[in-house]
Amino acid sequence: MSTEAPAAAPQTPTASAVPLIEARDIGKRYGSVRALGGVSTVVKAGEVTCVLGDNGAGKSTFIKILAGSHQQSDGELLIDGTPTHFSSPRAALDAGIATVYQDLAVVPLMPVWRNFFLGSEPTTGAGPFRKLDVKQMKATTFTELDNMGIRLRDVDQPIGTLSGGERQCVAIARAVYFGARVLILDEPTAALGVKQSGVVLRYIARARDRGLGVVFITHNPHHAYPIGDRFMLLQRGESLGTFPKSEISLEELTGMMAGGAELETLAHELARSGGSAAEVARELRAEVDALPTDTASAQSPAESPAAAAASAEPDAR
Amino acid sequence: MTTTDLVTVANRRSLDRSRLKRLFTRPEIGALVAAIAVLVFFSVYTGQFFSLPGAGVWLESASTFGIMAVAVALLMIGGEFDLSSGVMTGFTALIVGVLTTHYGLNIWVAVVIALIVALGVGALNGYLVMKTGLPSFIVTLGTFFVLAGIDLALTKVITGQVSIQGMTQVPLYDSIQPVFGSSVEIGGGNFYVSVLWWVAVTVVATWVLLRTRAGNWIFAVGGAQTAARQIGVPVLKTKIGLFMTTAGAGWLVGMISLFRTSTVQANTGVGQEFIYIICAVVGGCLLTGGFGSAIGAALGALIYGMTFQGITFAQWDTNWLRTFLGAMLLGAVFLNHWVRIRAGGGSR
Ligand SMILES: Nc1ncnc2c1ncn2[C@@H]1O[C@H](COP(=O)(O)OP(=O)(O)O)[C@@H](O)[C@H]1O
Ligand SMILES: [Mg+2]
Repeated sequence: MSTEAPAAAPQTPTASAVPLIEARDIGKRYGSVRALGGVSTVVKAGEVTCVLGDNGAGKSTFIKILAGSHQQSDGELLIDGTPTHFSSPRAALDAGIATVYQDLAVVPLMPVWRNFFLGSEPTTGAGPFRKLDVKQMKATTFTELDNMGIRLRDVDQPIGTLSGGERQCVAIARAVYFGARVLILDEPTAALGVKQSGVVLRYIARARDRGLGVVFITHNPHHAYPIGDRFMLLQRGESLGTFPKSEISLEELTGMMAGGAELETLAHELARSGGSAAEVARELRAEVDALPTDTASAQSPAESPAAAAASAEPDAR
Repeated sequence: MTTTDLVTVANRRSLDRSRLKRLFTRPEIGALVAAIAVLVFFSVYTGQFFSLPGAGVWLESASTFGIMAVAVALLMIGGEFDLSSGVMTGFTALIVGVLTTHYGLNIWVAVVIALIVALGVGALNGYLVMKTGLPSFIVTLGTFFVLAGIDLALTKVITGQVSIQGMTQVPLYDSIQPVFGSSVEIGGGNFYVSVLWWVAVTVVATWVLLRTRAGNWIFAVGGAQTAARQIGVPVLKTKIGLFMTTAGAGWLVGMISLFRTSTVQANTGVGQEFIYIICAVVGGCLLTGGFGSAIGAALGALIYGMTFQGITFAQWDTNWLRTFLGAMLLGAVFLNHWVRIRAGGGSR
């Protein structure tokens, strides 16, 4: 009985290597609604590609295409250089692309160990007597989570009883264990507090160091910047471009995220209408002015700087 | 190897300590307590209840409901209902009755045909539910009425009656009757083979639920269907399999009642689908899916059988059975609700 992960061969990232994933002008329509258009980016082994954008920008739509939940309406998706249309999440999984969804894709009432192996359960025996290898499943779940720093008293407890951060980490550990080459994380830190966000960011760094290509979706540049190697910005379904870390500063990233120019236009509009709206406009004005220097003002003041600090040194442990 | 053993040993103590606690979070624990209470009550209250002849009567009564309740429980854990499960018992029996008594078909062939038709209807139920995305409650309500109408109308058209007569004269009847309808006498009590079927179905269902991949998938599709699909569980296959299982159980119960009584009414089984659901819920199944147990459903059916016959033995008005069932259902739902909140499951 082995507790080693089945695959997950560490890969040495080389600049010239074919990207694990390359998106070329990907677009998606829901009926007549254009949710996404002209999105291009690459995901490389041992690197983190961040996808940033406000609510409704199309981040989830984009990663659902990578994950096989949806198919692109336009553009090309290249996996290891080969044009691909995933027919199902299973097909993407088989290509080594594992996704941790915003809702985590866990079944709250099921025990942790059943959730860990869901869809890829190991069995023993043959024919009608083929049964789950329960002992190995429980032991592996325990050790894999232990390796991630989560010490569960009982892997039999329903996963719904774990905290949000712990569930997030179970989902990541599961993807890593099953030999994912690409790990897609949809807003893993959105619902978490400062400390738990830091823990999750550390796991992302650890997965990256194991040679996985990571796609990290977030609307928080303070979470993305310390860990990202390249940043793709989405706004209302349109790509604002992909920037390597060397070409963009945290301030510029935050400014683009907040849509500096747009905010300014809005402030002008509201100012003209006067009354109580003028007060809102003044506040917006202040925010726009503050943008290049004090980037944290657009964020909740308590959370962002601390979380950024926590994640600045992902391997501090 | 070494890490695994280390972990197992290191955890031994904490596992042992929580074993008792875990017993009380099992879904079937409420039904077990209730079943013992009902057994004790009627044993004390009536003379015949706690005797071999008495047990033969209430076990027989519980067995057919038990087979159905277990299948319905699997389906409910998988997040669906099947309102056509009751009428399916009559439908399959009528198929065999009509094909043999009226068309002279070999009885074994007729029984197999009835099974194939049942599985086909089950697969259709599942396919319609999954492809339309409509609640199974509505889809199977439709199948229920379609089948109920066919049962009455076709039986009347073909046989001119509302029940099947002359089954015992069908060639080879005696070769198949013992499989579904035989009984043995033990200590003055009649014990039907249906009780064995009931036990077998419960054992197999429990094995599948707790120890196979299919069981994992059943819990998952009922507990969080989107999540299950995203993680790679074959949702369509699992759900269709579940609907086919209830239909197959309907066939088994149909055969049991046909070969025990050697007749079948055109309205057999109508209205019993709710009793199966009640048995499953009393046995710990959540109406919202994702949680429950086959043993619990079997215990729910045992409670039903014991109460039904106990009330008869006590010579009370049998209408009290319904009141009792309703009260049990409410009690079970409140208990489940509490367990679910404790388990921390949201509405996902
Ligand atoms: N299944 C769908 N059908 C129609 N429109 C959708 C669907 N899913 C998302 N959208 C629309 O696509 C846009 C992008 O959504 P989404 O990708 O979820 O954004 P994000 O994850 O960045 O918040 C939104 O305007 C949303 O309303
Ligand atoms: Mg989203």
